[in-house]
Amino acid sequence: MSVVLDRLREMFPADVVSTHSDFGDDTALVRRERIVEILAFLRDDPELLFDFAMDLTGVDYLGEEPRFEVVYHLYSLEKKRRVRIKVRLHEDDPVIDTAVTVWPGINWFEREAWDMYGIVFRGHPNLKRILMYEAFEGHPLRKDYPKAKRQPTIGPEE
Amino acid sequence: MAVKRVKDGASGYALTTLESLVAWGRKYSLYPFTFATACCGIEVMGAFGTHYDLSRFGAEVVRFSPRQADVLLVAGTVNYKMAPVLKRIYDQMLEPKWVISMGACACTGGFYNNYTVLQGIDKVIPVDVYIPGCPPNPEGIIDAVVWIQKIIETGAPRAAERWPIK
Repeated sequence: MSVVLDRLREMFPADVVSTHSDFGDDTALVRRERIVEILAFLRDDPELLFDFAMDLTGVDYLGEEPRFEVVYHLYSLEKKRRVRIKVRLHEDDPVIDTAVTVWPGINWFEREAWDMYGIVFRGHPNLKRILMYEAFEGHPLRKDYPKAKRQPTIGPEE
Repeated sequence: MAVKRVKDGASGYALTTLESLVAWGRKYSLYPFTFATACCGIEVMGAFGTHYDLSRFGAEVVRFSPRQADVLLVAGTVNYKMAPVLKRIYDQMLEPKWVISMGACACTGGFYNNYTVLQGIDKVIPVDVYIPGCPPNPEGIIDAVVWIQKIIETGAPRAAERWPIK
């Protein structure tokens, strides 16, 4: 097994739901309650040092429960290792703590996930739409967003 | 209109109306403003370039200030977020003004039938001439300019005069 996942399971035995290393990609599914602690541990642990949050995105598994998923892709410039952290969120409560306190650069990724999927990042300093405009209705990358839905056209003053 | 001149040394003359004279001058001095947002913009450059040479039709002076232009050439995809910008540029142009909608995206949204693309710029501004194609070739732009000239020459109503379409 991989060094990263062993270390993670050792430190957070109650929070790591499952892990795999299919195709050499270390992946851990964790609970959302201590996500900030987990991410801060991955960044600070001298064996891991995941100092680079490459990407954060949402996934909509419509019809499954929990419906939403937040995926973190991390990279260690020091150790040249990658890890993928996944968190599942329920449809009626798509809320997770923000990781801006761990990596400031994750700010815009979280805004994008809010814009496209409606996932709320609790404690985010500026959680508003980043790609769409404020008058936009709905979250377009949700699988139940109607394909033919038309949005209000906004005037120059808005 | 023009009378047959006899070579008697007298200066020639022609009869016309003021409207026709103004239209004649106006149709050969169109100042386009190119609102190029996608690949159609490349075809616009081709039309203004030496090979197709739109200046033959008196429309070569491209103005990048809407206040100095009288033809708005919308070339490319316009999304919902860009729509207010396009509307503002149209409002800033001085009367009389004409609008050419170039390409499938500007005319109807094209194949971008999705959450972000405006389904035709005639949702926000009146359009005089539509050019189909994805992208249209420069002959299409020349044809549209000639159509604008015909509108000016005949005094046909501009799209803005029957706007908004109910």
